[in-house]
Amino acid sequence: MLLYTRRAQRIAWAVFGFFFLLLFVLPFGILVLAAFTRQWNGAFPSSYTFSNITAAFHKDPLDGLETSLITAFVSSVIALAVGTWAALALDAMRNRGGKALIQTVFMLPIAVPSVVVGLALLVAFSQGPVLLNGTSTIVVMAHCILVTAYAFQQLSAAITRLDPAYEQAAASLGARPYYSLLRVKLPLLLPALTGSLALCFALSMGELGATAMVYTSHWTTLPLRIYALDDRGHQFVAAAVTAVMMTITLAVLLAISKIRTRANFR
Amino acid sequence: MSAVTELPPATPTAPGGRSGPAAANKARFSTAWLWSTPPILLLAAAFLYPLYLVVKQAIEGSPPDPANPFKVTTSFSDTLKDPGTRTVVKNTIEMAVYSTAGCLVLGFLLALIIAFVPFPGARAVSRFVDVFLSFPSFLITVSIMFLYGRVGMVNHIASSLTGGKHDTPIDFIEYSPWGIWLAELIYFTPFVMRPLLTAFSQLDSGQLEVAASLGARPGRVIRQVILPEALPALFAGGSLVLMLTMNEYGIVSFTGAKYQTLPVLIENFAKEQTNYAGACALAVINVVLSLALFAGYRVLLARMSGGRRAAVHA
Repeated sequence: MLLYTRRAQRIAWAVFGFFFLLLFVLPFGILVLAAFTRQWNGAFPSSYTFSNITAAFHKDPLDGLETSLITAFVSSVIALAVGTWAALALDAMRNRGGKALIQTVFMLPIAVPSVVVGLALLVAFSQGPVLLNGTSTIVVMAHCILVTAYAFQQLSAAITRLDPAYEQAAASLGARPYYSLLRVKLPLLLPALTGSLALCFALSMGELGATAMVYTSHWTTLPLRIYALDDRGHQFVAAAVTAVMMTITLAVLLAISKIRTRANFR
Repeated sequence: MSAVTELPPATPTAPGGRSGPAAANKARFSTAWLWSTPPILLLAAAFLYPLYLVVKQAIEGSPPDPANPFKVTTSFSDTLKDPGTRTVVKNTIEMAVYSTAGCLVLGFLLALIIAFVPFPGARAVSRFVDVFLSFPSFLITVSIMFLYGRVGMVNHIASSLTGGKHDTPIDFIEYSPWGIWLAELIYFTPFVMRPLLTAFSQLDSGQLEVAASLGARPGRVIRQVILPEALPALFAGGSLVLMLTMNEYGIVSFTGAKYQTLPVLIENFAKEQTNYAGACALAVINVVLSLALFAGYRVLLARMSGGRRAAVHA
């Protein structure tokens, strides 16, 4: 609670409502409206249809959805494991140089444009002993590299905010480091863990830059197919496919949020 | 970051008191390195080595090939000297800085209201923010085109209000950087809000009530109680958005070629002109710029938070 008078609260809500509706709800609403549009010549669509939505469940977009879901699940689970490991290693590291090394290495994928991540994988794995160009592995790999950095960043921010007293209390009661990690630290980090799993999944679902560089015809994620639809002038079908994708992503995020704890939200 | 928020390092506790502090320290040192090795090695093989190859190719360039007269030849200095490259570099920096500034201000404001001026539905709004992150970024551009584009909704309404004198009263999406700025503001503000909301949820609200009951006005509570707690999250969100806007591809490529940034040009070089050496050269420039901006942001924030901390302790 920050504001105590009714008037101040109302002003805060009005400010929030204005920005929220104008910047976030309106574009979202327009997209849903476009998903049901057949013709749009005036301020509002002149005729509506369901055929865009049914088109979203035909072979091509459906393939893309499956590809996107598999890619997002695999890459965000790997990213969460590696990112958490690295964040815990960073916390355990007392050596300054070591800390800087871990931080630099795991922040680098954010500093590097996703297009360049794709370019680098293309350059490295189109020749030499490991040939991955044209496989689904290279797409999943690109997603893994990109989202691991986010998992690491979220987790290490959460770890610095942890009260060290809990761990010290556990240690003073004789808990081994492994035991206190499992029974004290990770439970305290659960909100951050589920939060970053959700973030990784969502980011991977919407990734475009790196995928545009490394995709193949049999492993084309949904955003690329939407991009192609829009590019060919099928804006309304593109909007419909997006609406479907958003609904499914929402369902997954909801499932993830079920494992959230009370500490996560106020 | 840890230097800002962490307490002075605690003396290492020797479990069970079996070993002396020095021995415990040494054991801790080597296990810490042992634990750090696997994730670093993994990332090195999958990402650092490929990145090294990009740098190598950028420096080597692609020399002329006598067997293939149609081969694109480029060297690093060719790409650097090109005036087009300079414009694109300037565009990239400007867009990233302005977008990040906008996102930080708006994201902090909105997260503050969600967390501390609770209203029915705040939970749903927080979920909505999560979902927003799953938008492919270029679709924000498409949706803005439906809204503010030359044949969009707002133009139709405005032109009917003015009696049809102007066909396109609002004309900034396709022909100026403002369309990209607006799209980036919309798309990246949730990236600032997400870590902030997590940080706020871990903040003990009793602190705010104590501060308020002692007579602190909301402005002072925000400055002296909430902001210091939120700084790590604000830092995380801000650095993330700075990087993401520098490196954004979807939004810019979709608005058209009028305003180009580095990632769009890289994709264009690699995919359409098959000029890999040129793409690698631009990639090196882009990465160096990102890192330089990031380092600058880090220094700025460390100085700011250092000053604030000193003020609180005085």
